Amino acid sequence: MFRRRQFNISSLTVSETESPEFSRITVLFDGDDRAKRQLKSQLYKLPDIQVVSELDREQTVNCELLLVKLANSDPSSRNDILDAAGAFDAKVMDYTRDTIILQLVGESRLIDNFIDLMRDYTILEICRTGVVSLQRGSAVMRNLAEQ
Amino acid sequence: MLCKGSEVVVRTLIEQGTSLVYGYPGGMVVDIYDALWHHRTEIRHVLTAHEQGAAHAADGYARATGNVGVCIATSGPGATNLVTGIATAYLDSVPMVIITGNVPQENIGTDAFQEIDITGITLPITKHNYFVSDATRLASVIREAFALAQSGRPGPVLVDVTKNAQEEEVEWEQLPPLPRTRPKRHYHRSELVAAAEAINASSRPYVYFGGGATSCSAEKQIMALADAIDAPIGCSLMGISAIPSHHPRFLGMEGMHGHLASTLAMLESDCLIALGVRFNDRATGNRAKFKQGTTIIHIDADVSELDKNTEDTFAIVGDLKQTLQELLPLVRHRARPNWSEFVEGLRAHEEQVADRREGLTPQNALRALNELIEDDACVVADVGQHQMWAAQTLTFTKPRTFVTSGGLGTMGFGLGAAIGAAMGTGRRAVLVIGDGGFYMCLNELATAVAERVPLVILIMNNSVLGMVRQWQTLFYEKRYSATTFTEGQTDFVAVAQAFGANGARANSLDELEEALQNAFAAKGPFVVDCKIDRDELVLPMMPPGGTLDDVFFRVGE
Repeated sequence: MFRRRQFNISSLTVSETESPEFSRITVLFDGDDRAKRQLKSQLYKLPDIQVVSELDREQTVNCELLLVKLANSDPSSRNDILDAAGAFDAKVMDYTRDTIILQLVGESRLIDNFIDLMRDYTILEICRTGVVSLQRGSAVMRNLAEQ
Repeated sequence: MLCKGSEVVVRTLIEQGTSLVYGYPGGMVVDIYDALWHHRTEIRHVLTAHEQGAAHAADGYARATGNVGVCIATSGPGATNLVTGIATAYLDSVPMVIITGNVPQENIGTDAFQEIDITGITLPITKHNYFVSDATRLASVIREAFALAQSGRPGPVLVDVTKNAQEEEVEWEQLPPLPRTRPKRHYHRSELVAAAEAINASSRPYVYFGGGATSCSAEKQIMALADAIDAPIGCSLMGISAIPSHHPRFLGMEGMHGHLASTLAMLESDCLIALGVRFNDRATGNRAKFKQGTTIIHIDADVSELDKNTEDTFAIVGDLKQTLQELLPLVRHRARPNWSEFVEGLRAHEEQVADRREGLTPQNALRALNELIEDDACVVADVGQHQMWAAQTLTFTKPRTFVTSGGLGTMGFGLGAAIGAAMGTGRRAVLVIGDGGFYMCLNELATAVAERVPLVILIMNNSVLGMVRQWQTLFYEKRYSATTFTEGQTDFVAVAQAFGANGARANSLDELEEALQNAFAAKGPFVVDCKIDRDELVLPMMPPGGTLDDVFFRVGE
């Protein structure tokens, strides 16, 4: 549907939820108000969709997970990589003579910045999960569906 | 009672009110066909020549009757052959339930013989679809499919049933059919009041309706609204026949090949009241430039149609009939003499530039046909020039008597749909088709003959693919790439006779009148092969990507 109607989405995450009956799809969408209304009403036409909720960035906890594999064969850059990882609180998940895998969890912007920094070294592979979000406070999407 | 899944399918179809299905058997639906044999006194199955014909027949049946059309096909090619038919129904919001068979669950995903992922293929062209590999779900899924096909904005729903689910035995109990749900009301009364105020404040309102008028049975309310505010009425291609063609306020179809008066009245209006219509590009031309700055009041059952192709001033979601009933008392009854006079002027202008040539012109051929069409008869038009001429020229008095593929524009839709329309209404149907479209579906003559379907088939035969040729004439400097047949290369009368139908050829208006007399007196299908000049154009025309301002009604001079 997103592709067919040419909605400009930059991230899509499908995940399990608290209930085995529902999956949760988190979409990062870029568009004006009219496109946003159109996206929502097209989603509501799909019988499997129970509720569509627009999340306000300020009122939401957003995060994403990044795994990045870097070349580690140059001994002179090893400490720099580890320092940068430390500055971002990224975890070392794998460390060999040839490669290193770092994991970073955080808002997309933080991850973008970290990747940018890592470009100083040799990036071999990047894998990002896409954004997942929950509204702050007591709001629960499933309650909206039941209304 | 305990019965096989295939029995459950057939019994649930009967429970949901189905008495006629179209289809084609095959290895993965042979169990369902066995159940159909057992229930043959309660449900009639019609074998078509091709699965596409079955889908179009179910579609034509649904459009002509308002009931859900049902078709059945086997896995693999049986299912893929339905695809164009399903998409045709989807684009025109026709309620259909499609049953396909599939290979046993244990073979799914192995590229087994005749295995295809039909739910994947039809995802964007169905309202919803189901893959059922467990017989216990069958009855509830089919019931849900019927409810969904008819609810809100109608559409096709596909149920794919694996062979093992057809063979397993399960408990089945008859339930009453689910009631058809009306579209939910989403608007607040204040929106309706504001819309009514905008109508009251306008001096040149134009009432514009589409297929939603028929699916919501809102024809009377539309006429009442136009009467109250003294507005002309126009419609989209899908709206034709919803209100009588001779209604004094009716200006006819608007759009790329619409009536001149209707299109110009829309252009001049300051308040466009759009009812159950979706502003397709063939109706609006260049969307970005369409009616900028005009008040648009848009009422539709489908929220996603609002504000999609136009910038609606008032976007109101709801059942058209109920919403109009609520809107009517809010609008002020008043005459708009200046506007009426202007519209009458447009009508007189249209009359003045009308095509009045003598002899066998497309218009005269259709006028001759119009004379003989019974009031209740359903007219099916295929796709192309003849479709536009038919939409412009034929007159209708009852809803659901004009059936055509509007949204998808499916050539080859005609014969299958006409069979479905005739069988659904129990009356003779009329098919207007081009020679190109007839080549695409003439195999269904076999079905029409086998079922003795009363059909008048008028082939407007110009030996070219006329609509594309028209574009080539006007916009491609007459480079007629792949649009010309050898004149007389196929003897359509002999083709009809070879299938066991009757036929006659007409090279003049007199011959046509005589041929049509015979056609309307015949019991089964009758083909009239009518010669039309290949350089005839459909006019007026709004050039593709143009605006209502760019409409022309004459070429050359």
